[in-house]
Amino acid sequence: MKSLLLEVYRRPLGRASLFVLIALYLGALFAGFLATQPVNSQDLAHTYHPPTPIVWHDGGLAVPDYRVVDKSGPRYERTGEYHRLRLLAPGFEYRLLGLLPLQRHLVQPVDPSAKVYLLGSDSTGRCVFSRLVYGSRVSLLIGLVGITITLFLGLLVGGLSGYFGGRIDFFAMRGVEFLMAIPSLYLLLALRSVLAPRFNSDQMFVVIVIILSLIGWAGAARVLRGMSLSLRRRQFVLAAESMGQSPLRILRLHILPNLASYLLVAATLSIPGYILGEAALSFLGLGIAEPASSWGLMLSQAQNIKIFMLNFWWLLTPGVAMFVTVIAFNLLGDVLRDIVDPRMKTQ
Amino acid sequence: MLAFLLRRLLTLVPLLLGVTLLAFLLMWLAPGDFLTPMKMQRDIPADLIQQLEADFGLNRPWYVQYGYWLGNVLQLNLGYSWSFKVPVSDLIGSRLFSTFLLSLTSTLFAWVVAIPLGVLAAIYKDSIFDRVSSFLAYAALSIPEFFLALLAVWFAAVTGWFPVGGATSIEYDYLSAGGQFVDRLYHLILPTLVLGIGGVAGLMRVMRANFLDTIRAEYVQTARAKGVPEGVVMFKHVLRNALNPLISAFGFSFSGLLSGALIVEIVMNYPGLGNLIYQALLREDQFVVLASIMLSCVMLVLGNLVADLCLAWSDPRIRLENQE
Repeated sequence: MKSLLLEVYRRPLGRASLFVLIALYLGALFAGFLATQPVNSQDLAHTYHPPTPIVWHDGGLAVPDYRVVDKSGPRYERTGEYHRLRLLAPGFEYRLLGLLPLQRHLVQPVDPSAKVYLLGSDSTGRCVFSRLVYGSRVSLLIGLVGITITLFLGLLVGGLSGYFGGRIDFFAMRGVEFLMAIPSLYLLLALRSVLAPRFNSDQMFVVIVIILSLIGWAGAARVLRGMSLSLRRRQFVLAAESMGQSPLRILRLHILPNLASYLLVAATLSIPGYILGEAALSFLGLGIAEPASSWGLMLSQAQNIKIFMLNFWWLLTPGVAMFVTVIAFNLLGDVLRDIVDPRMKTQ
Repeated sequence: MLAFLLRRLLTLVPLLLGVTLLAFLLMWLAPGDFLTPMKMQRDIPADLIQQLEADFGLNRPWYVQYGYWLGNVLQLNLGYSWSFKVPVSDLIGSRLFSTFLLSLTSTLFAWVVAIPLGVLAAIYKDSIFDRVSSFLAYAALSIPEFFLALLAVWFAAVTGWFPVGGATSIEYDYLSAGGQFVDRLYHLILPTLVLGIGGVAGLMRVMRANFLDTIRAEYVQTARAKGVPEGVVMFKHVLRNALNPLISAFGFSFSGLLSGALIVEIVMNYPGLGNLIYQALLREDQFVVLASIMLSCVMLVLGNLVADLCLAWSDPRIRLENQE
């Protein structure tokens, strides 16, 4: 494990993607610290606010002050005044890692009535940057949780049916084929309409993870079955069997370690699927719901025609964040695969 | 050959039964039904709702409803859309055409662009062109489709060069046959690009890898050694063999396009099958959901079948009869 990490670190692409992912996950962990405003503090006087650049003014960091010149737009103009910013300053209260109540933030305006919109504001005057940081929690966590459940199910069903064969294998594989034959997006929609009304928006996260992994495990189970089927005929498994080891012990001690490298690569390469799946669901209004924040949900706002003309680009930042995350996971997966299995290298 | 076809088509029967049963169960488990929004309105008398419930058969247990539905389907009657007030077969027929058109153009686009690019990247391996195209393909594979669709809509709205949504213009019915054709094509350009880009990137990567694998094969060396011109080696020996794995991918892409187009159809407001299923699921318009899900399954199985047939046609070494 340690040597694998070192090997990844030694390759420039691996190192880059590792750094990007670590930065993203740190950002999600310390979302409250990075955010300039609470996740759903609305301000109807500052809707569609342009992004405020941080500038050096009068011997300190500051953001320019804006005033509305045309309410119907709304259009903003700089007043020429500046609001002082302070690093590590107290602001709204939040809980670090969900436990520790804190007030310190990375940047806060000295004057609490001043507004800092690093990426502008949306249709109800919420800070896009703060929502982006908070939203990353959903998007980044969903991949990890989803892939854990998927691989667990896949390993259980695939490993057992490959090892035991016979009737178990037959029924398990017919079930898997059935799941794979259903158009997954529609299954997703149908499952979500069944499960959704029984849960509130906080529990929705869990529901979505479960739905996504219920659909995803079939493919993994099939591959894992094939691998354990071929491992089963290898000499070391036969030797263990003839020594009278129990099937569970054989699975745990002899088969699982041989699947580990595949599991690692498959996990890394399929996390983007979960991130995109959640985003698509939320985008359609079927996933994480307001007032919580997620990247897909934020992007669905960009469909509003008014936003097209006002601050479209700033509302697209969740899309960019998603792109960066997905590409980092894909790169890391490719690098891992090259290390684990050099024959698979895509020239 | 015929036995193979029959066997593959027979697997459809349990599959369709299972999928429709699952869909029926899920819709039954989901709280509310098609009439729920009506029940919310105070000015609709209760006896009307009761009558509608009886008409739609919603007051019967779900297995009876399913039995009736199955009986009708076996008589080739797909039922009646409650929300659109037209027979489901008409509704799906019109939507299927739009989706099929979109699938066709985007698949064509993906193949026509990806194969030459992949071949060029393989022939000029490690050149600037290869590096740039590999990087772009990587990027294209990581962009969420709906994000791309949003950009396309924005582009259409800001420049005004393309229609913002839909499959036809308002005056479509008054156009001449040629005008209608051009109008449809014009509306297809952006959705095709959005749907096709992912396909281009994926196919290109596979094509390049296959081509590089085949170049190293011994028969290629033999061909070169006996003095076959380089162009003939590349196109007759390498390309034909490198294309094989892609042909089976063709069938899969055909089956995937139906559900893959869902989000793009919704964002770009394209009146296709995906859009229809989405709306029907939200409104619990039972028969539309069932029929379209059935159709998707059939497309999936047919797509895989077409893939196998194409593969057998392009590679004489493959014998269909020996497969499962």
